[in-house]
Amino acid sequence: MAIALDFSAVVSEWPLLVKGVAWTLGLTAVSAVLGGLIGVSCAWLRLHARSWISGIVSAYVEAIRNTPFIVQLFFIFFGLPAAGVKLTPETASVFAMSINLGAYATEIVRAGLQATPLGQIDAAKALGLSQLQMFRLVVLPPALAKVWPALVSQLIIVMLGSAVCGQISTEELSYAANLIQSRNFRAFESFIIAASIYLMLAISLRRTLMWFGPRFLFGRGLAHG
Amino acid sequence: MVEFSVWDIVRNLGLAARWTIVLSLVAFVGGAVFGLALLFARIGSRRTGKLLVAGYVQLFQGTPLLMQLFLFYFGLAALGLPTSAWTAAALCLTLYASAFLAEIWRGCVDAVPRGQWDAAKSIGLSFVQQLRLVILPQAARISVAPTVGFLVQVVKGTALASIIGFVELTKAAQMIANATFKPFVVYTVVALFYFALCYPISWWSKRLEARLAVGGR
Repeated sequence: MAIALDFSAVVSEWPLLVKGVAWTLGLTAVSAVLGGLIGVSCAWLRLHARSWISGIVSAYVEAIRNTPFIVQLFFIFFGLPAAGVKLTPETASVFAMSINLGAYATEIVRAGLQATPLGQIDAAKALGLSQLQMFRLVVLPPALAKVWPALVSQLIIVMLGSAVCGQISTEELSYAANLIQSRNFRAFESFIIAASIYLMLAISLRRTLMWFGPRFLFGRGLAHG
Repeated sequence: MVEFSVWDIVRNLGLAARWTIVLSLVAFVGGAVFGLALLFARIGSRRTGKLLVAGYVQLFQGTPLLMQLFLFYFGLAALGLPTSAWTAAALCLTLYASAFLAEIWRGCVDAVPRGQWDAAKSIGLSFVQQLRLVILPQAARISVAPTVGFLVQVVKGTALASIIGFVELTKAAQMIANATFKPFVVYTVVALFYFALCYPISWWSKRLEARLAVGGR
């Protein structure tokens, strides 16, 4: 049987797609910041805090890494209201994405922190830096530089995973695609277009962040160090 | 109205877990077989083969699994093929797994020092012999840990099959949550189920990795 593809019916709904892309990028941006902060803090706690705290952190990391994102999202959106915490779809999505990214980022950043040469820590101590200064100025930047590609890959996985957030009616890109196909029954075309947009977003997000990291987060000289 | 006790929830999710396991195994085994074929095309000498596989991998790694599932679900129907949630999910997850495994294994082949290829060539082995006798045995050793680790990704990926209507753990959880109005309990239990499936595999993968690090090459 021949298939006749008709993309014009989908393309004509472009305002919905634009809105979807904006939501996808917005959710990703907020989760990147929150998840990154969770990751750095938890990595620090795992290496430096008392054993029971570091135990809690590793329980969090293992719980997230060994369950599907969609179950985490449903737990937050459908499960928590039963326990008295009501969230909008957008907040629930940001929570789920940040908590998810945070767990993976913890492991990634920890690997970077552990690779710090001991001599640098001794040098920082000799300069009289406080614990926090030492972490912020000496230990963290080269650690981030080392694991930056892995962090970027993980963020892209989270961005692609956010397609699931449409299931709780967050109006991101996959939600837009679903809405369009429910209007004109062009399901295949609609998802081809959405998937191509995701592919472009993934490629350009990687490019942008690989440029952004060395320039603004850690010194350029550290990028390949 | 039928009352659902916590035990009923656990029991019914346990029954649904069988489908999560079956789908994971089908996708993983099918993905491994097809992934191996992709690997040969990727490390082979033909440029078109290399490019095609690289494109294939980029497509599967650069788009959401959910979109891929929708495309298979609606695409098979658009082609006029008889389709069901099970066929679409099994086929899609198999190809998804093949793309990731091909890429993981290519990394392992690349990790074998260049000199091994040269040495194998210099004793007059053909390309296939070089691969079979020298390169693959070494690459296989490095590949065990990440391959086992990827199995966790596959198990978690099957949860998305619920969205195209395949009744496995996550879909069953949704149905039970809607029927019992106990979403907190149901989603906690289903998360524990996934954890029970995935954690042993993660642990095993980590152990394999640690052993390899100590053992050296």
